Amino acid sequence: MKRHVLLYYPCLLLLLVFLFMASLAYGAVSIPFGQVVDILLGKGAEKIAWQNIVLQSRFPQAVTAWMAGASLATSGLLLQTLFRNPLAGPSILGISDGANLGVAAVMLYFGGSLTQLTAWQISGYLSVVLAAFAGACIILGIIIYFSGKVKSNVMLLIIGIMIGYLASSCISILNYYASVDNVHAYVMWGLGNFSGVSLVQLPFFVLCSFIGLLFAALLIKPLNALLLGELYAANLGVRIKRIRFFLLVCTGLLTATMTAFCGPISFIGLAVPHMARLLLGSSNHTHLVPVTMLSGSCIALLCNILTVLPGSNTVLPLNAITPLLGAPVIIYVIVNRKNIQYFN
Amino acid sequence: MERQQIAIQATNLSIGYLLKGGNRKVVNQGLDLELYSGEVTCLLGLNGAGKSTLLRTLCGFQPPLEGTILLMGKPLTDYSQSLFSLTVGVVLTEKTNAGGITVYELVSLGRYPYTGFFGRLSKKDKQIINESLEEAGIAHKAFNYVSELSDGERQKAMIAKALAQECPVILLDEPTAFLDVTSRIETMSLLRKLAVEQGKAILLSTHDLDLAIQLGDRLWLQEKRQQLACGTPEDLILNGAFDSFFSREGISFDRGTGKLTMDAPVQPIGIAGDFLTSYWVGNALVRNGYRPSPVSTEYININCQGVDRMVISRPDGFAETVTSVNQLLATVKQLSN
Repeated sequence: MKRHVLLYYPCLLLLLVFLFMASLAYGAVSIPFGQVVDILLGKGAEKIAWQNIVLQSRFPQAVTAWMAGASLATSGLLLQTLFRNPLAGPSILGISDGANLGVAAVMLYFGGSLTQLTAWQISGYLSVVLAAFAGACIILGIIIYFSGKVKSNVMLLIIGIMIGYLASSCISILNYYASVDNVHAYVMWGLGNFSGVSLVQLPFFVLCSFIGLLFAALLIKPLNALLLGELYAANLGVRIKRIRFFLLVCTGLLTATMTAFCGPISFIGLAVPHMARLLLGSSNHTHLVPVTMLSGSCIALLCNILTVLPGSNTVLPLNAITPLLGAPVIIYVIVNRKNIQYFN
Repeated sequence: MERQQIAIQATNLSIGYLLKGGNRKVVNQGLDLELYSGEVTCLLGLNGAGKSTLLRTLCGFQPPLEGTILLMGKPLTDYSQSLFSLTVGVVLTEKTNAGGITVYELVSLGRYPYTGFFGRLSKKDKQIINESLEEAGIAHKAFNYVSELSDGERQKAMIAKALAQECPVILLDEPTAFLDVTSRIETMSLLRKLAVEQGKAILLSTHDLDLAIQLGDRLWLQEKRQQLACGTPEDLILNGAFDSFFSREGISFDRGTGKLTMDAPVQPIGIAGDFLTSYWVGNALVRNGYRPSPVSTEYININCQGVDRMVISRPDGFAETVTSVNQLLATVKQLSN
């Protein structure tokens, strides 16, 4: 059984590399594969535009999808284990709603007046990122505050949902008073995409994501103890309050970064941990955490590729694709929960 | 001998909850208790008596309101969380999310306090896990998912986890609840074996009076706002501690049988003869509101001559022979009217 598990790593890595290459080679503008390879090897291309597209647009987009998939899936897994609820995800706790609110505040309220630029331009974008961070951190603070007050994880989850509603209601109010252009920009952002991270922003984005993922990997041991419930874990020597705080900070960092740069991406955080568990046939985090990261990256890259309709140069919004892959998985899991070990 | 070593000693212990504004909800106060190594101690009490509160306090999940607890001779307050996890292992009724890991992985979590940052198991850890699986009698299911286990097997797996933790003290919250009759006895026998062979101090809360009397070395009877009654089951029965403990309208503890019975007009009937037959005849009589008593000329007597031959005799000399308990009950009813 052990050997069996180790086989997943090379397979997933191979798939990841394949999807990454495919993301570089395939897009709205068709570029011959040989040219893409030449560009990557630094030999240049027939058209300078192709080189720009591959290096300035597709490469950061593929890296973004790679990191965002791993980050969202991991934060979903952490939340599902922490709240002992298989249907927990980054959006459910209200963290991404907090980030949304921050973004909405900048785009809808300040967007036009402060910068005199639309939010899609560079300076506007930076303020969007910071606002998302601020929003996510405020919600995170509230959740951490309640996590000390409310013992039951289910109750805490419900508080998270309520806070999410509050944030949404604020967003609606902002929407009501905003100009048409700003509302349009906000709606476009809300559709989610991996193309928002430029080459300049990429190192910062990758660093935030990497720190969060590393942090998650360091929490594998207590995560396994948490499978037994908080009392058992406490008896085994897990400092529950501290671990809970770490897990929330880790999730907050990952979710805020992803939401700020890519918009609210649905379903990857919720569905990928289930795919990883079903694939592994185990909820032991020793393998579940790395496999979730790898599968998250693969799924995100796949979604990214699927946003480009074949034979056309139309690019669909990311959030039109993720539910197509995610929702069936969740429905499958719920319908078959009696036969799935980790539910029982 | 090691047998009488005290694992947990509490003096003047008050248990309960701290409420908002510094108020306290005291469940029991002034408790004095001793838990011995090498023994199985059963904590009995009606719902609301504070069993869980006491157990949670001893498990370190909530602080005592007053008093001191000495754990292996050292005050509980001197224990760090990691040292405590090496000393007390728990088996709880809490629902786990462990269905998706194997029994082996579950038991290996018992090594949590011993393993390093990444939880890698050493050769010694693996050996202890295997021994714990063997001891708890669940080794044959080591590579099954926890979700595939029956309730009894799950309990064994959790006990194996506590064994892998290598703690001198094991506290169990209602380990026999939800188990079928054979699993109950298996679980209790397992705990007894661990107490006797490994010298562990085992405390379990239970509602199972029969099993506690049968297999507990020592009982703690807990009642709201009262001192615990502690002692061997037989002593507690003989000195009447049980009587007051379970006295409630309509229910009483029968010292003769060690069972709780409904209060009813109790008519004495003398029983003599073959031990096995008279035991079960007595059982049937108790159920029907008669009190099995020594033979006397004042009332009806039954002479059990064998499993299929019982002679019923009335004080006036009338006698009748029956061949089954069913017939016997009908005849006794007739004769006593």
